[in-house]
Amino acid sequence: MSHDSHDMDMPDTVTSTEASASGSLDGDYDDAAGYYTPGAPLFDTKAPDVPIAERWQTRKFEARLVNPANRRKLSIIIVGTGLAGASAAATLGEAGYRVKSFCYQDSPRRAHSIAAQGGINAAKNYKEDGDSVHRLFYDTVKGGDYRSRESNVYRLAEVSTNIIDQCVAQGVPFAREYGGLLDNRSFGGVQVSRTFYARGQTGQQLLIGAYQALERQVAAGTVETFTRHEMLELITVDGKARGIVARDMVTGAIETHLADVVVLASGGYGNVFYLSTNAMGCNVTAAWRAHRKGAFMANPCYTQIHPTCIPVSGSHQSKLTLMSESLRNDGRIWVPKNQADCDKDPREIPEEDRDYYLERIYPSFGNLVPRDIASRAAKNVCDEGRGVGPEVDGVRRGVYLDFSAAIERLGKKGITEKYDNLFDMYERITGENPFEVPMRIYPAVHYVMGGLWVDYDLQSTIPGLFVTGEANFSDHGANRLGASALMQGLADGYFVLPHTIRDYLADGPFEEITEDHPAVVEARESVKSRIDHFLSVNGTRSVDSYHRELGNIMWEYCGMERTETGLKKAIDLIRSLKDDFYRNVKVLGSAETLNQSLEKAGRVADFFELGELMCIDALNRRESCGGHFRGESQTEDGEALRHDDEYAYVAAWEWAGEDSIPVLHKEDLVYTAIEMKQRSYK
Amino acid sequence: MNLTLKIWRQPDASSAGAMHTYELSDVSPDMSFLEMLDVLNEQLNEKGEEPIAFDSDCREGICGTCGLMINGDAHGPEVTTTCQLHMRSFKDGETITIEPWRSDAFPVVKDLIVDRSAFDRIIQQGGYISVNTGSAPEAHSVPVPRDDALRAFNVATCIGCGACVAACPNGSASLFMGAKITHLGELPQGQPERDTRVVNMVAQHDHEGFGGCTNIGACTAACPKEIPLDVISQLNKDLRTAIKHGH
Ligand SMILES: Cc1cc2nc3c(=O)[nH]c(=O)nc-3n(C[C@H](O)[C@H](O)[C@H](O)COP(=O)(O)OP(=O)(O)OC[C@H]3O[C@@H](n4cnc5c(N)ncnc54)[C@H](O)[C@@H]3O)c2cc1C
Ligand code: SF4
Ligand code: FES
Repeated sequence: MSHDSHDMDMPDTVTSTEASASGSLDGDYDDAAGYYTPGAPLFDTKAPDVPIAERWQTRKFEARLVNPANRRKLSIIIVGTGLAGASAAATLGEAGYRVKSFCYQDSPRRAHSIAAQGGINAAKNYKEDGDSVHRLFYDTVKGGDYRSRESNVYRLAEVSTNIIDQCVAQGVPFAREYGGLLDNRSFGGVQVSRTFYARGQTGQQLLIGAYQALERQVAAGTVETFTRHEMLELITVDGKARGIVARDMVTGAIETHLADVVVLASGGYGNVFYLSTNAMGCNVTAAWRAHRKGAFMANPCYTQIHPTCIPVSGSHQSKLTLMSESLRNDGRIWVPKNQADCDKDPREIPEEDRDYYLERIYPSFGNLVPRDIASRAAKNVCDEGRGVGPEVDGVRRGVYLDFSAAIERLGKKGITEKYDNLFDMYERITGENPFEVPMRIYPAVHYVMGGLWVDYDLQSTIPGLFVTGEANFSDHGANRLGASALMQGLADGYFVLPHTIRDYLADGPFEEITEDHPAVVEARESVKSRIDHFLSVNGTRSVDSYHRELGNIMWEYCGMERTETGLKKAIDLIRSLKDDFYRNVKVLGSAETLNQSLEKAGRVADFFELGELMCIDALNRRESCGGHFRGESQTEDGEALRHDDEYAYVAAWEWAGEDSIPVLHKEDLVYTAIEMKQRSYK
Repeated sequence: MNLTLKIWRQPDASSAGAMHTYELSDVSPDMSFLEMLDVLNEQLNEKGEEPIAFDSDCREGICGTCGLMINGDAHGPEVTTTCQLHMRSFKDGETITIEPWRSDAFPVVKDLIVDRSAFDRIIQQGGYISVNTGSAPEAHSVPVPRDDALRAFNVATCIGCGACVAACPNGSASLFMGAKITHLGELPQGQPERDTRVVNMVAQHDHEGFGGCTNIGACTAACPKEIPLDVISQLNKDLRTAIKHGH
């Protein structure tokens, strides 16, 4: 079968075992007993109780309005200038609110969204290939392995079309056909072409569009930007979010910013693994500080691992680079059959000594199996000792992605046209020319589906704290489809939040808070004392060395495959590493200047706590779903096995204090517009 | 590889800076340039010397955060960003000089980090198309000829790194500005504001203290995204047209 699969998905064609319902658990497991306290169930009370297709229209209508004259008096803090943050800041600025926008980079335009390559989905149905809002909704819920909230996903599909209109009007130079109309491609193995793209730089072009809209509002005086500012604490007053404490990363000044409402659009926390495809500065601090102040963290263990990244070349490695998954359309993945061949020149290994393991195990999908399956299979062959490339810490972690057959078929020119700069990028990083030697790839952490819990209004469990983009949990369930994160970020920022936030702001004007309010002083002082602590330990180990070690623990035990024993071990390891960190970290320099070690120390400190919670969440979820694979829950063929009877819920975790175990609140997932099915790729 | 590194160190914007010399051994040719600096920083931290501050984020050549003068070349010897430069481009035993971008409009913040906020202020003066969220027409209502879209895209790939300014003997930001003028000017959506855009952006550019363009071409040679020099001709043409229209 032909399958233009760039990203992971559950193609519609596979129906063999779909009818058989999910497996069920024999016996009552509570792997995480002792690691958490059960809490009250959680509900989304904001999605109107009407048929799914009417929910958003109804909610928009019900959400109260704010008189234009009053908007100027209402203030909004937005942390983050990626697609989710910049779009919201621009839109709310246009509406006339007073917006303060924060980012840790030196310009809003550099947020991590800039690095997204492949494209953005929208149910425009320009190709007349049967796409529709309902199909995009269906694909996304199914792709998320039935672990997302259907109301939110439906709305995402609904507003997706407006995004494209908006971006085109802003001057986003999407790819076009000869007739001047927009081009689409099929992405994520879905059977329709609904992905809009700007060569391999879609994220960049979309972000520049949002950034320009944001800067236009800066000139108009509605938005004020605070670059090189890092949010280090959330300020809550009487249970409501009322501001943030931020550090001016140049002068070191600890600043208080107060507002009527706070929005976190602070991105994902994949860097808890140390090595990931995320930018160096991506962190969980903004979200984690909010979590500690009462915002629940939902499904933190749901991590997406991308199969086609450039492998680690040595212990100096600082980050990993994604190679577009489209490469799997033409490249064949293999490793040597015999360990003895692993350090040989691949070109000298004869055909019969190669193991095209994906084609062997999954004959119908072959190299195009979904991301998680491809990733796990690569790990397995490397664990068996059949990996290729340089040995790092005694193991070769890489598999070949071989284009020789495709080069023969399409010619060098055909491949160049199709894969453009990818071959160059690979050569620049590895020093090897993939036209001559097969590429080497290995999976890497790429995206987190987990994040702060939000209701249909994108409001967290702290009133007045809204969360958008990758920082929230809502739309992708246990696995995200390719080209859907960009869609979600812009949907949230341009078209959802501006409507839902006004319902909250309609309660204004709010009580005036001053900088000497006890809650504000407390937040500021706690930030200062944390910073003082990091600088005063004066131990022996660098922040990076702790981060790397934490990353290794997470990757080993909370990565592609998770087991009860492994996770319990990881929790112990993380706890003692964290302990050691607070007693033995070495942060030089002062608090009053730009100090990158100090910045990293704060981020790593929060990663420890997050990492532990991820392990607890993974321990609790004794099922395999999407990007979460529990060794104990697989079919005889080693495929992921869901347990809908036990785990069709969102796990929302409440912080219970430094010395207490977290509280688990469950939001049951109810599907009215779609039927739950188990997937299969054999 | 063993290297001698001469690196600019400056505690903050108001203090004087100086070159410092460091020896670094066992550098792998597979390391990126910034990973080489990471390794040096780990060693400095170990020794009790404050690590060298330098900017980077994506380390994939797309965010535009990184940028160093390496042996006098913006982003070093290859046509790429500093983060995508690898040590295999250098020789064992080599001495490498590392400095921050040098330009009056980009003051040094610390060590190798500069302040490029002037670029944001130039964009604020018209580097956009005015369209409020929700007011956009259907995307297919205005077809764009494929070649125009392609040219717009090619110049829209500018990452705002500032290498063009650092490389230019006049410290001009004309390439950066020309890229934006051309990106928006190639598209039908960009036409209504075409005149005011160029006039206001150029005024801000000059106000920030960037120099004038004398067609040297060092900018294009340094640009990691290979933005062509003709965007500056486009910029000048648009400016002349705008003035003719009475702006
Ligand atoms: C290499 C790569 C390729 C990808 N390709 C695709 C693709 O093709 N299609 C797709 O749909 N998705 C893709 N994704 C995923 C997608 O890019 C991200 O999920 C999405 O861009 C996240 O957007 P965001 O606005 O939520 O956060 P981000 O863009 O990460 O922005 C976070 C913002 O928060 C700020 N911030 C964070 N913490 C703090 C703090 N403590 N204080 C102050 N500011 C803070 C940052 O400065 C930044 O401005 C890709 C991801 C990667 C890594
Ligand atoms: S024109 Fe080139 S060198 Fe100048 S800022 Fe843009 S990408 Fe950098
Ligand atoms: S760090 Fe992003 S371009 Fe170099």
